Amino acid sequence: MSADTGRKATRWALAGLCTLIGLWLILPLAVIVPISFSGEDSFAFPPQSWTLARYANLVTPQWTQALLNSLVVALLVAGLCAVLGTLAAFAIVRSHSRAMVVLRLLILAPQVVPIIIVGLGVYLVFLGWQLTGTVSGFVIAHAALSLPFVVIPVAASLQTFDRSLERASASLGAAPVATFFQVTFPIIRPAILSGTLLAFLGSFDELVLALFLQSPTFVTLPVQLYRRMTDTIDPTIAAVATIQLGFVIACVIVALVLERRRAAGTKAG
Amino acid sequence: MTAPSSSAAEVRFVSVAKRYGAGPTAIESLDLTIRRGEFITLLGPSGSGKTTALNLLAGFQEPTSGQILIDGEDVSRLPPHKRNIGLVFQHYALFPHMTVRENIAYPLKQRRVAKAEMARRVDDVLRMVSLEIFADRLPRQLSGGQQQRVAVARAIVFEPRLLLMDEPLGALDRKLRESVQLELKRIHRELGATVVFVTHDQEEALVMSDRIAVFNAGRIQQVGTAEELYDAPETQFVAQFLGESNCWVGEVSPNNDALCTVAGACREIAGQRTPRTPTSGLAAAIVRPERCHVVARTAAIEGWNSVPGRLREVVYLGSQRKMIVDLEIGGSAVVTCTPDVVLPSEAAVCVRFPISATRIVPAS
Repeated sequence: MSADTGRKATRWALAGLCTLIGLWLILPLAVIVPISFSGEDSFAFPPQSWTLARYANLVTPQWTQALLNSLVVALLVAGLCAVLGTLAAFAIVRSHSRAMVVLRLLILAPQVVPIIIVGLGVYLVFLGWQLTGTVSGFVIAHAALSLPFVVIPVAASLQTFDRSLERASASLGAAPVATFFQVTFPIIRPAILSGTLLAFLGSFDELVLALFLQSPTFVTLPVQLYRRMTDTIDPTIAAVATIQLGFVIACVIVALVLERRRAAGTKAG
Repeated sequence: MTAPSSSAAEVRFVSVAKRYGAGPTAIESLDLTIRRGEFITLLGPSGSGKTTALNLLAGFQEPTSGQILIDGEDVSRLPPHKRNIGLVFQHYALFPHMTVRENIAYPLKQRRVAKAEMARRVDDVLRMVSLEIFADRLPRQLSGGQQQRVAVARAIVFEPRLLLMDEPLGALDRKLRESVQLELKRIHRELGATVVFVTHDQEEALVMSDRIAVFNAGRIQQVGTAEELYDAPETQFVAQFLGESNCWVGEVSPNNDALCTVAGACREIAGQRTPRTPTSGLAAAIVRPERCHVVARTAAIEGWNSVPGRLREVVYLGSQRKMIVDLEIGGSAVVTCTPDVVLPSEAAVCVRFPISATRIVPAS
């Protein structure tokens, strides 16, 4: 057997293994999709009859308000993380201060510390500040959690950024602010956008902090899903999950495309 | 040198020094006047301070002390975007997200030049660097030489009074480099702007410059035309950095006339005193290889230095022949001559060179 056929066999085995892992990850999610169209009032699989009633059921204030809350919080988190995360990335990459090592760790900390502990801490503090059950409370907590999603790609993009471009811009007559908006920002924009998208998703999907911060009058979509799931066996949540799945997949694909474009941009630049 | 345009800048460095924290001094003390419309090259090995001098002039760094004057105005503390100086970077620094046309229009956009005027001026410089057909490409779609021309076009489109170039040919292959050198000379002629060119390549400096300032260890060693630097180097460093030199270091004789001798290793070498030759202590006697001859050992001749040695190697280089002679006083000497010169038959020879072509300079 030649080395070439050996290599071919390895490649086939690898492809097979990857397919299996992929199926293992995706199938549990994929089961949700047919159930959302199921005619029965249970999670029986495979469904015996089909209906779109679950989707019709969603048009109730309970679900629409939760969705709206989630969207508002996630959009504000995305905006806040885009600005703060980009500024923090500049500080981390461009400042020579030793304090930046600490800053980097602090920004990563919420992702490293067990989420339940973060949730408890945030809950106790926000209770005192009367921020539980408010949009600002959710936004602050989720933004702290999602900041690394922006800081990490933007810092990476700044690290490979050729600073002679900024010098060139200055020598050609552009003041520092003009240089930022015409040169630096357009080049790191894909990193900011992909990070912002992930920050949006990080908030949109987040359950643990939301469970701590929820109030009877303010509930996000994941909390509503969780409640329904634990209270009643209701296939309506399968419909919500299907919609959410489609939305998240779309977001991730956009983020991946942006990331690829960034990588291509730095290679060529 | 061409007639300088009226807008070309005159630059003066007045006792400029630059230190980085506690580290070594980048520039000890720099005094240099760059004339209106001249093409001056700052030449030196890496770490000699030439790039620091350029960065100070461009405004990317501030001098620790001293003044930089452009047309009499002190710009030492002026930020770079207010200096109106064109800059060509070593790796071109073209904006990767802009087309060639947008790159070149960039300085005009910052100056709020009207659309029609902007288009006309961009077209003009595109023609000047023969890149009209590439106007709508991105920089990464161009070759190195083409990118380099875009960088030049972008640096001259706003008609700066002063054009700085930081090793702009370093990334080009040798053949391309020669044609770009001529192109840059032509652009300098057409613009009439003052050009400050930084390089570590002595050949490039000789080809391009009206004058050359040789830097070493944070100081200017000598400023002059290529001929002055080659024929009348004032320091050992200049003699050895610019072209090849034979060099003997020794105690200088105290006599104060035009001639003096360097004595070391039991042999005296006589040469011309220069303005900077010390009256005592160490000095170097230097002579160019093409001013030396390899001859059979005979009695000394008036007006010539003779150093005995053994011919070790003869290298044929086509247009010339290069001989390496191991000297009896230690070290070796390089002698070049045309290939038709008859060499002595014996290995025991003398390297002979006129006292008038030998210079006694400060040792470094």
